[in-house]
Amino acid sequence: MTYFEDLRVGARTEVGSHTFTADEIRAFAREFDPQPFHLDEEAAAGSHFGALCASGWHTAAVCLRHVVLARQRRLAELRQRGEPVARTGPSPGLRDLKWPRPVYVGDTIAFAQEIVELRPVASRSDVGLRIARHTGANQRGELVYSVLSSTFIERRARNPGGAQA
Amino acid sequence: MRAFEDFKVGDTMEFAPLAITAADIKSFAARFDPQPMHLDETASQNTTVDGLTASGLHIVCMHMRLFADGILRDSTSMGSPGVEEIRYLAPVRPGDSLTLRVEIAGARSSKSRPEMGLVNFRSHMVNADNKPVLQMTATLMFGRRTSGGGKGGAG
Repeated sequence: MTYFEDLRVGARTEVGSHTFTADEIRAFAREFDPQPFHLDEEAAAGSHFGALCASGWHTAAVCLRHVVLARQRRLAELRQRGEPVARTGPSPGLRDLKWPRPVYVGDTIAFAQEIVELRPVASRSDVGLRIARHTGANQRGELVYSVLSSTFIERRARNPGGAQA
Repeated sequence: MRAFEDFKVGDTMEFAPLAITAADIKSFAARFDPQPMHLDETASQNTTVDGLTASGLHIVCMHMRLFADGILRDSTSMGSPGVEEIRYLAPVRPGDSLTLRVEIAGARSSKSRPEMGLVNFRSHMVNADNKPVLQMTATLMFGRRTSGGGKGGAG
């Protein structure tokens, strides 16, 4: 169930959750987003955020990790059953990314993915474009992250050995 | 310190290149995007791109680093409500060196929060051959100079 033809708009998967620690928030910020409210408790307390909070890209990166691992678990099950596995990628991009609320130290964010659109690709007959919304919600159920992510997904061969003719 | 008032629509900026190694690509991928094409030079299993390529989000994070160092480090930055669009235009491979180019596409006051303004940036990451690998349109919030900058906050 991994080829483009097998996908359904509305299909939703809970992909996993993560609790953000102060150490990892600061480590990510030092590497990729060195702003005071992601690096230093005191500076963050004096900012409009009020406390140390994760870089939005840190939230995005942890979400991606869970989306990828969930997919790999699904593919491993398919392989175990001896079923063929569709090729995916690359991604043409992301859009409509929102960080409605900060992710603070100790917040547990639950990530999910939902297919919102399945679009044929005019220039290519071997793949289709899957557009999925990835979301993260905190322990109070408040949305902290949302993005539309596009990925090319392999189509079933038109006539694989005549099986679908 | 750079405040909202200092961003002029039409202004352009360019920031020094940041190199990316195979080790960088694999380290990011192991933590955040553990797919074979970002982890292993020889893997092309179940993917449509050959050879080791960087995770798209890794390029986004490098973009953030150049943006933070070049624009936000000495500013009244108050973070970002979101990103309109990111396009991955070409694969990034070990040894590539990426330059950030930024254009100020818009700047407006916030009606609900007079202490800040919103700046819209259109940016590109280009490789050493001057080929764009990433395009982004994003909005950031900056404190206004006239209200004491970003540290005032919720106050």
